[in-house]
Amino acid sequence: MKCPECDANINPPKDSMEGEIITCPDCGASFELTKGSSGFELKPAQTVGEDWGQ
Amino acid sequence: MSSRLSILYDTIRWEEKALFDAAKTKGVDAKMVDCKNLFVNLDKSKEDFGTVIQRCVSYYRSLHSTAALEGKGVNVINSLNTSIFAGNKLFTHMLLVKHGIPTPFSAVAFSEDAALGLLEKRGYPMVLKPTIGSWGRMIALLKDHDSAQGIMETRERMYPIYQVYYLEEFVNRPPRDIRAIMIEDRVVAAIYRYSGDGQWKTNMALGGRAEECKITKELEDVCVKAKNAVQGQIVGIDLMESKEKGLVVHEINNTTEYKNTVRVTGVDIPALMIDYAIKSRK
Repeated sequence: MKCPECDANINPPKDSMEGEIITCPDCGASFELTKGSSGFELKPAQTVGEDWGQ
Repeated sequence: MSSRLSILYDTIRWEEKALFDAAKTKGVDAKMVDCKNLFVNLDKSKEDFGTVIQRCVSYYRSLHSTAALEGKGVNVINSLNTSIFAGNKLFTHMLLVKHGIPTPFSAVAFSEDAALGLLEKRGYPMVLKPTIGSWGRMIALLKDHDSAQGIMETRERMYPIYQVYYLEEFVNRPPRDIRAIMIEDRVVAAIYRYSGDGQWKTNMALGGRAEECKITKELEDVCVKAKNAVQGQIVGIDLMESKEKGLVVHEINNTTEYKNTVRVTGVDIPALMIDYAIKSRK
């Protein structure tokens, strides 16, 4: 699939799961994997929230 | 063996994938539940989640989804009480003090002026921490009046939680702290976290490095007491080695990260978490 930001090729690992965050190897933009009608699609990932942590 | 188990997440990190893989390996009927897609009727209707392992990375999402599900009778790990107590550094601190568990000296002030007065009285340096927060964000080492005033002026314009001035002593310690992972009544693994280059904080999120830490009886005893103080089941306990006080607990994490602990120690923490979740079914 193509990076929506820079058009580079993004190949999610075989064991990827819906909801996982992946990063474009070229431009560094982060995307969340979502399930579409024809497999995974990319959605812009939420940047780190103010209340994120452990 | 087949059991119902839900892993409630909002972002899938290594930890959540490893948990799901561990459940699959054990033949446990587990499902991943994206909290961002969740809606819950807040009534007495039945929910079909089985035991829930709470893994949301957002504090507010985690706290409120735990409250909603536990309120409806769902077994959530960790519980709402643990989420409330461990999610707030001041609440945790008071419970540690109450239970006689060594912890750094801390104080709280409720305005900029009162906080500066406290610092003048107590002396610099001290560490200013948000009561809610993680990954070392917004934690400031206050070395003198001018830097303290500058930081507090900025915080005065933020969300009101940042005007609760929670101050902790700057512990005289080696440039590392300890993260101990507790499951039920056992420390299953522990690591030293060393500060990254140019950092005084030891958070892995800030580029710190990890080494295995031997689990001593002293470490386990302190951790069991700390875990019990916040009514925890699966928690990550952060300790420092104070040169004056010995081991002191400074934080308890109720949705602890453990990727680096698994990498460094080789302990299969996700498998142990799944075993505990199955055992704890109500």
